[in-house]
Amino acid sequence: MTGMIAILSRELRLSVRHGADTLAALLFFLLIVSLFPFAIGPAPETLGRMAPGIIWVSALLSAFLSLDRLFGADFEDGSLDQLLLSGVPGIGIAAAKTLAHWIVTGLPLLLAAAPLAVMLRMPEDAIPALLAGLLPGTALLSLFGATGAAIVVGARRAGMLLPLLVLPLVTPVLIFGVAAADAAATGQSPRPHLLLLAALLMGALPLCPLAAGVALRGAAE
Amino acid sequence: MLRAEGLTAIRGERLIFRDVSFTLPAGGALILAGRNGAGKSTLLRLLAGLVRPDAGRLLWNETDALLDRTEHGARVALLGHQDALKPGLTAAENLAFAARLSGRDVGEALAALDLVELAELPARMLSAGQKRRLALARVSLSAAPLWLLDEPTLGLDDMAVDRLGFLLTRHRDGGGMIVAATHVSLPLRGAETLRLNAA
Repeated sequence: MTGMIAILSRELRLSVRHGADTLAALLFFLLIVSLFPFAIGPAPETLGRMAPGIIWVSALLSAFLSLDRLFGADFEDGSLDQLLLSGVPGIGIAAAKTLAHWIVTGLPLLLAAAPLAVMLRMPEDAIPALLAGLLPGTALLSLFGATGAAIVVGARRAGMLLPLLVLPLVTPVLIFGVAAADAAATGQSPRPHLLLLAALLMGALPLCPLAAGVALRGAAE
Repeated sequence: MLRAEGLTAIRGERLIFRDVSFTLPAGGALILAGRNGAGKSTLLRLLAGLVRPDAGRLLWNETDALLDRTEHGARVALLGHQDALKPGLTAAENLAFAARLSGRDVGEALAALDLVELAELPARMLSAGQKRRLALARVSLSAAPLWLLDEPTLGLDDMAVDRLGFLLTRHRDGGGMIVAATHVSLPLRGAETLRLNAA
């Protein structure tokens, strides 16, 4: 546990030092979402109808930006070996890295989503459902994303492989996330969709770090 | 005590080395010699438990060391051919992780390699030799009994080599073990030499 906390604090310190990289995902998110009103017109009914989809797809793409560096940078400079020799099991390394990715990327996206939803004229009743979906949603993006990143680390063209590997995995997350917000917007209960997201999260929480940890050991060989 | 029995490594289709056996007692040192590509780095990574041997066994106090590779990792401090430093962190911050794991003092490790004045400089500003010294400082911070050093003198000046010699002696006097791959003579008294021949 001490080792995991040490890894987490190391990751967070690195994120602070590489502030530009850290902010890139958030800025990218703000930029793409802001482009939509220009592309599809400012009519509130169209925008408000499309807002959940816009926000979800943009969040998903933004979360991918920093993923290939999550383990890639450590692999290239030899730090991954040092982590694997730290006495922390692979699952612990992967869990700490995933949590760091969520704190640095997922959490800011989640916080930025509310003002963006208002900007896109999303129905007010739907905003809590959107955020309630994004909370497990961003965590799932970090979990699946980190697993994919651990699998492709060391491969040539890892940056290309990563979306191909992870996007199919996160498609259910996108579907249920948008469905929750849509249900709330049309006066239905978002509960079943949110429960499905929560169920996905409960499955991914133990399995993704486990798989990522095994993949990291493999990458070092 | 570390004992290797018939270690063999194959990378891809190529046999790197075969039947490597040695015994390293507490306080012992082993120098790996051999031409470029003879498998010195591979053997070090194998001894660290990062790579699995294709045949043979690695024993730590007569039990299989690679059964639990996480546990074995904690016994090992590795200086790879890369320095594993983060350019954006200062010299002292680069050591913080290792210090947190072992509970030892960063200042002492920096002083041992004459890096105190550089402690607050980002690692990207350091010269190649200074980076190597910083990586060595991380090894000296660890509480691991087995040091695996891949070309530890790379880029070091004479004074730094002397300091390294002092660290190596102190580690061995405390019962630690050292395996070093090198082309130059290292200040390791009574070290055995293992010559790897390219297969």
